[in-house]
Amino acid sequence: MTNEAATIGLTHGGSEDTGLGHRGPESKSIVVPYGFWLFVLSDMVLFSALFATYATLVLATDGGPTTNQLFDRNLVAIETIALLVSSFTCGLAIIAARRSNMVWAQAWLLVTGLLGAVFLSIELYEFAIMIGEGAGPQRSAFLSSFFTLVGCHGAHVTAGLLWIGTMMAQVWAKGFQPHIMRRLLCLSVFWHALDIIWVAIFTIVYLIGTLP
Amino acid sequence: MRFGVLSALVLPLCACNRGIFDPVGPVAAAEKQILINSTAIMLAIIIPTMIATVAVAWWFRRGNAKATYRPDWEYSGAIELVVWGVPILTVMLLAGIAWIGSHDLEPSKPLKSDKPPLTVDVVSLDWKWLFIYPEQGIATVNRLVVPAGTPVNYRLTSATVWNVFWVPQMGTMIYTMPRMTTRLNLQADRPGIYDGLSGHFSGDGFPGMQFKAHVLPPQQFALWVQSARGSGQALDGRAYAELSKPTSYVKPTTYGAVAPGLFDAIVADRVPGTQLLPHNRPTTEQGAGHVR
Amino acid sequence: MFGKLSWDAIPFHDPIPLFTSLVVILALAALAIWVWRKGWWPYLWHQYITSTDHKKIGIMYIVLGLLMLVRGFSDAIMMRLQQSMAIGASQGYLPPEHYNQIFSAHGTIMIFFVAMPLVIGFMNFVVPLQLGVRDVAFPTMNNVSFWLTASGALLINVSLFVGEFARTGWLAYPPLSELRFSPGVGVDYYLVALQISGVGTILTAVNFVTTILKIRAPGMSYMRMPVFCWTSLASNLLILAAFPVLTVTLGLLMLDRYLGFHFFTNDGGGNSMLYMNLIWVWGHPEVYILILPAFGIYSEVAATFSGKPLFGYRSMVFATLAICIISFCVWLHHFFTMGAGADVNAVFGIASMIIAIPTGVKIFNWLFTMYGGRVRFSVPMHYLIGFMLTFVIGGLTGVLLAIPPVDFVVHNTLFLIAHFHQVIIGGVVFAIMAGYTYWFPKAFGFTLDERLGKAVFWCWFIGFHLAFMPLYVLGFWGGTRRLQHISDPSWAPWLHVALLGAVIIGVGIVLTVVQLLYSIRTRDQRRDVTGDPWDGRTLEWLTLSPPPHYNFAVLPDVHGEEAYWTRKQTAIKQVALIEEPDYQPIEMPVDTPTGVICAFFTSLCGFAVIWHIWWLAILGLIGAFAVLVWYAWRDEHEHLIPVGEVRKNARERRRIRMEHLHELSQST
Repeated sequence: MTNEAATIGLTHGGSEDTGLGHRGPESKSIVVPYGFWLFVLSDMVLFSALFATYATLVLATDGGPTTNQLFDRNLVAIETIALLVSSFTCGLAIIAARRSNMVWAQAWLLVTGLLGAVFLSIELYEFAIMIGEGAGPQRSAFLSSFFTLVGCHGAHVTAGLLWIGTMMAQVWAKGFQPHIMRRLLCLSVFWHALDIIWVAIFTIVYLIGTLP
Repeated sequence: MRFGVLSALVLPLCACNRGIFDPVGPVAAAEKQILINSTAIMLAIIIPTMIATVAVAWWFRRGNAKATYRPDWEYSGAIELVVWGVPILTVMLLAGIAWIGSHDLEPSKPLKSDKPPLTVDVVSLDWKWLFIYPEQGIATVNRLVVPAGTPVNYRLTSATVWNVFWVPQMGTMIYTMPRMTTRLNLQADRPGIYDGLSGHFSGDGFPGMQFKAHVLPPQQFALWVQSARGSGQALDGRAYAELSKPTSYVKPTTYGAVAPGLFDAIVADRVPGTQLLPHNRPTTEQGAGHVR
Repeated sequence: MFGKLSWDAIPFHDPIPLFTSLVVILALAALAIWVWRKGWWPYLWHQYITSTDHKKIGIMYIVLGLLMLVRGFSDAIMMRLQQSMAIGASQGYLPPEHYNQIFSAHGTIMIFFVAMPLVIGFMNFVVPLQLGVRDVAFPTMNNVSFWLTASGALLINVSLFVGEFARTGWLAYPPLSELRFSPGVGVDYYLVALQISGVGTILTAVNFVTTILKIRAPGMSYMRMPVFCWTSLASNLLILAAFPVLTVTLGLLMLDRYLGFHFFTNDGGGNSMLYMNLIWVWGHPEVYILILPAFGIYSEVAATFSGKPLFGYRSMVFATLAICIISFCVWLHHFFTMGAGADVNAVFGIASMIIAIPTGVKIFNWLFTMYGGRVRFSVPMHYLIGFMLTFVIGGLTGVLLAIPPVDFVVHNTLFLIAHFHQVIIGGVVFAIMAGYTYWFPKAFGFTLDERLGKAVFWCWFIGFHLAFMPLYVLGFWGGTRRLQHISDPSWAPWLHVALLGAVIIGVGIVLTVVQLLYSIRTRDQRRDVTGDPWDGRTLEWLTLSPPPHYNFAVLPDVHGEEAYWTRKQTAIKQVALIEEPDYQPIEMPVDTPTGVICAFFTSLCGFAVIWHIWWLAILGLIGAFAVLVWYAWRDEHEHLIPVGEVRKNARERRRIRMEHLHELSQST
């Protein structure tokens, strides 16, 4: 090849090894998760904008309640454990699916979904109590940003639950076909990403917010 | 019609003698200078580039047998060096200008002067300007009066939405924002009457949000303050509530007295006797600026 | 039942919007009936509306962009007319509440529904061809992205007839855009339309970053990608990082307006400066999202029409990536006059100037690409040179705006308006027109008329300068933007010149339509038989015009930086094509109506949200979700193009190429 390039006078034709791509297009099993990773990254940017908003407004309480008066570490700890364990069971579901074990794959997906539902219920319970105490999102800019940040994560979890339900139906109806497996992998990436974001919320909102 | 044609001919000639090219104070003069200097520096690069673009394209046109065709020439280290070096050096120079200029002309920085500064509190309302003179205890609407040669320390806020306070010939403009105070220091040396305006779109009455800035010699300013004080209406909570109703193209007025702490109350959105007003269509006060 | 919607929403008493919308509705209905009478609906449905072919989707994006350009331009001419009438005692023909909608719609439409679809349309059409592959990474998602963008555009246009559009400017700054100051549905139209099209744009970015990084022809390493692919990559990375911030910003404003939150309100501790920061964290990269692919188009045009490789390819790539990164560090230069302090202003000012360095390098590199070349002054080359002359001045005024003390006296003035139109028209629009002329024969198999094309160029070039140079002057005089009425009668001559400029641009737009119709009528004389009408250098010119659905019978093996040029020169030298490969059947994705049905439900949902018709909003949402699940249930993902068909088409191409090769080698 280098000869050919030289004969027609390209000064730096480059070697065959500069960068990837000498093999041609990647297979779908690479491309699909890669694209989904990019989507997750853009979702992370979305959350970072919400974190920035929260950080800007956390002190803008407008005379209303502050973080220390509102947050209950114990409740949030249970929430966190539920979500972290659900991440683990999600991993187990993928392992079972790789072995084409229908029963266990379904079972672990179900457990994952149930744990997600537990997380969501506690979150909604916390929201309901706060709103009942007059500390709803309309009270102050701080509470607006709190409800939006945590609520956006909750909305993602809800979407995840819908997805888990859909995937369980698909796995049951279609078996472990390659495209179903790719989707399961994307689902698990999504679910783990929600975990990572929750860890950030737990730290920045709840832990720092309940420092004496 | 004849006036139109005439002005079309004359205006380009006097284009450099108004607006920000006709500064009346030290801030505006410095900004004009920076504008001209930076433009000159950049034109020194850009004009040759423009000429070279046309010249190179024309010389190397396909029909020109005299031009040498070098179909494989795509790289030259020396040229690359120049191509990166020229913009880098230019930007370094301009960056220096920007750094020094930003610090010298920082709006909140008091101006150097042996005269004590005058304080004026500026409030943008829908859609007019309220100027409060806390030391003098008077206020004006849509007419800014300042003494010549004296630094003026402006504190600015807005009662409703964002606006920009700007007298082009005095220099720097700055946002007025509700529940916040911005600071601006300007000085006008040449007595006269200058145009002032809002430079940030603020709703339906926005084009009528203009005012005149009167720069008076210091003695005349003192006389004006004296004549204004005690005459006319007082700006208390009720008068303010009346004033803050949305209007546009408002005639200049003067208040002979001002409720103390009014500016701070406006910043805190706690002016007694006012409530949230809907943002309605403006009503007109002045015949010339008719708003349908 | 119908939320805020009632008969009052129809502008029966406003002749301008009523008449316009009736004309548009009648024209659309007439067009639909005409297409139906001709029996073209099935063709349109299968070949375009449901197509997953990146070329067809690209063409649809470009058609959408050009249609919306007409809408955005009519707004522009109405503004220019109003400003040249409403001077002194006259109030012109547009009351403030109407004029304010027009300039808000103009900005929103031109950026989101003209420039973005056009740029994305070119990426769609060109990038897979240049990379030597058959499609993008996610062809169905590509179709969905397009229809979501179209859905946003639809909602913006519905606002003309049902209700009103925002009266807040194209970025809807709070507190003006809050419910207290803008109680109407205008801002809601703005927010919902942009949220929907924004989702489409993010999906596009996911698609293209994946495509460019993971799907390239064998041998197409990073440093061999055409510059347009590089700039598209940079642009899509910017979308990926910037558009989520827009989604958040508009989402927060929606929460304020719909649920009484306090992000940007005057009360409750809200902070309107936060909106300013967030919107520009998106907004500044946005202009580079538009200009970088434009730079890519210019690079292709410069190399092709100079008959030379691009000068300093590596510099160009590096400059592109430098711009990509720095563009995220400069957003504060949009509000130096907020009083952030000298240090902050100076740092952001200098960061903004630094972007001028890689941009300047690019200008010089195009200059040296022409140097030593054989420059053909075809239409795209006109645009390149016109751009280089216009853009350097735009760069100058841009750097002026980046110097805080200068910005203190020109911020928000007509000077600013002139500056960004100079870089957007001189940069992006000229590139779009160049790209349109350059790739048109690839898309449709015949070239556009040169003479009319040059006439269009001169209309844009002269019209632009007449329309915007006066605004620089007025800016220096202290003229601010968005004025519905002008008090100072001495502005009149300048505004009249600006109106004349806008009219000349309008003539250019009309001539573009004339050029298209004339070229279609005379297409038999202007066929692009060889697939390589401009003596091109990149892989899209390797295949026939228009390319088959699968683009390439076998993926080209790439050697060297200019994949097609290298191959062509070898072939000319040896008077032989490469050895005939072993053809295989090709799997291509099936067409699907998912995108258009999904967008239908999304539009329904969006309209319902704007008017607070909650049951319909929920229905729309469920509908959209159901369509996606239905799509996920399909069993047939690809259809097979039999090897016989592939071989037949490929041999036909080789026959044509061989004839062409003989002609070429005889002439040299």
